[in-house]
This record gives sequence, C-alpha cells and structure tokens, in this order.
Amino acid sequence: MMEALQKFATHYNYFVTIFLMVAGLYIVIARGNMIKKLVGLSLFQTSVYLLYLSPGKIVGGTAPIYDGAYQVYANPLPHVLMLTAIVVGVATIALGLALAVRINEAYGTVEEDEIFSKDGEI
Amino acid sequence: MNTKAAPEVVATPEVFVIMVLLTLLAAVTLAIIRQRNLFSVVILSSIYSFLMASIMIALDAVDVAMTEASVGAGISTVILLATLHLTKSVEYPAVRQVALPLFVCIVVAGALIWGSISLPPFGIADTPIHTHTAPRYIEMAKEHLMPPNIVTAVLADFRSFDTLGETTVIFTAGIGVLLLLKGRVKKMQGQDDTEKKGEA
Repeated sequence: MMEALQKFATHYNYFVTIFLMVAGLYIVIARGNMIKKLVGLSLFQTSVYLLYLSPGKIVGGTAPIYDGAYQVYANPLPHVLMLTAIVVGVATIALGLALAVRINEAYGTVEEDEIFSKDGEI
Repeated sequence: MNTKAAPEVVATPEVFVIMVLLTLLAAVTLAIIRQRNLFSVVILSSIYSFLMASIMIALDAVDVAMTEASVGAGISTVILLATLHLTKSVEYPAVRQVALPLFVCIVVAGALIWGSISLPPFGIADTPIHTHTAPRYIEMAKEHLMPPNIVTAVLADFRSFDTLGETTVIFTAGIGVLLLLKGRVKKMQGQDDTEKKGEA
C-alpha cells in the first residue's frame, strides 16, 4: 500500500499527462461540434508538452541558462523540441478552424450530426 | 541493476507546487469536457494554457513557458474567438452517446498508465535523459563555446533544421488558411455589392 502511494506520488506528472491526453481524445471522439473537437485536439497536443518536459526536470536544479553559481540544470533538449511543437500546434489549429469556418458557410452549421443529415438529404 | 539502491523520493515544496498546479490543470480539463457553451470553452482553454505556462516555469522550462503564454494563451484564444464570431455558434446540444468513446478512452488510459509505471520517478538526476547528450550541452556552455542560454544555443546551433521544418509547416498552414478564407472575402464583397445595388 505504502509502495503504491509512493509510486503514485513520484509518477503524478505522468498520470496527469495521461489524463489530459485521454480527455483530449474523448472530446475529439465524443463531441460533435467541430470547434469543441479542435479544442480537444489542442488539449491532446499540450499534454505532450508535459510528457516531454516532466522527465527533463531535476528537483533542486535551475533553468538551463548557464551561470557560474549553479551546477544542476534541467535538460535543455526537450525544451527545444517543445518550442517547435507549440508553434506547429497553433498552425494546425488555425488551419482546422479555417476549415470549420468554410464548412459553416457551406452547411450553415459546425455540428457533425447535422452535416451528415444534410449530406443524406442531397 | 537490481543491486542499485532505489532512488529516493523527492519531496520538496517545489514538487508540491507542481502537483497542485497539475491538479488545477486536471480540474480545468474536466470543466472543458463538461462545458457546452463554446465561449466558456474558449476562455477555459485560455486558462488552461496559462496554467500550463506556470507549470512549465515550475519545471524550469522558461523559454517554453514564454512561448506557451504568448502563443497558446494569446494567439490560440484570439483565433478561437474569431472563429466563434465567424460561425456564430455559441452553444451546442448534447445528442451523442458516450459509452463507446468512454470505453476507448479508459482502455487507452489503462495502457498508458501501465506503460508509465516503469518510467523513472519525477525529478531525480540519474536517469538516462540526464546522463546522455545534455551534460555535453551544459559543458559547452561552461566553456563559453555557446551562448549562456543553452536552449537558444541548441535551437540555433544544433537543431536549426527543426526550425526550418517548423517554418515550412507555418508557411503551409498560412497558405492553407489564406486559400480557405479567400473565397469567403470575395463572397462577402459580393454580398456588399448586391446590398448596395438593392439600396440604390
């Protein structure tokens, strides 16, 4: 029991990351509104930032900016990768939202179910 | 491997702060799932991004935190609000069944948790990620071969192709957005013209 609690405490970051990831997945699958879907997609993306940054942290360390007074630094490599990922994430969301705007013009709605039923009528 | 002593559990105020922020993040995520008003969803996702930026600062990722606060909380919120303005959709009905998605998500979560159990504990220094590559970057910064901000140095000196790829993606996405919204502008101008004709 004690060991399980310890495991939970030391892996709390990963568990929350998994929760965010699955929450994003759930929104993408279960919600029909396309804007909500895209918010879910961005939740999924941001959870990956945590997945990368959590192992890079050393408790008692400092940000990776060199100064003679410090010896222990966080791992800079995940930070570099995530800088790229954030910008790419916003680009994909912008493209998806532009598509949603066009769909709204063509169908008059961004609800997936209504769009399917309108397609059925045609 | 088994002879190695189990790594000590790190329990400092720092870790506690991170845990509290993560819990807040999970709470905001639950609110995003449950909220059906899209305007609230957008504002909650903005709050989510700011919380994420705070956690990034606590995780010593200051450059990433700045980017997340400006891009994630700033630009994302603005384009989401702009989309809400253009689509004029505020609230959406609950008509879908949730059993199957919930099942899929629980299975995925179970698999991921099973996989993450064997990861090294949070915050300790002698993990593979800290013993390869990273010490070399810090060593080079120490010898003044690179700028003092190691993230900048790695980004510019070692991984410039990443940024090239990133720029390509943004360029492509930008062109895509422009092409998608171009027809819209013309249509709106056409509407304006017909309206003017009607008035005349």
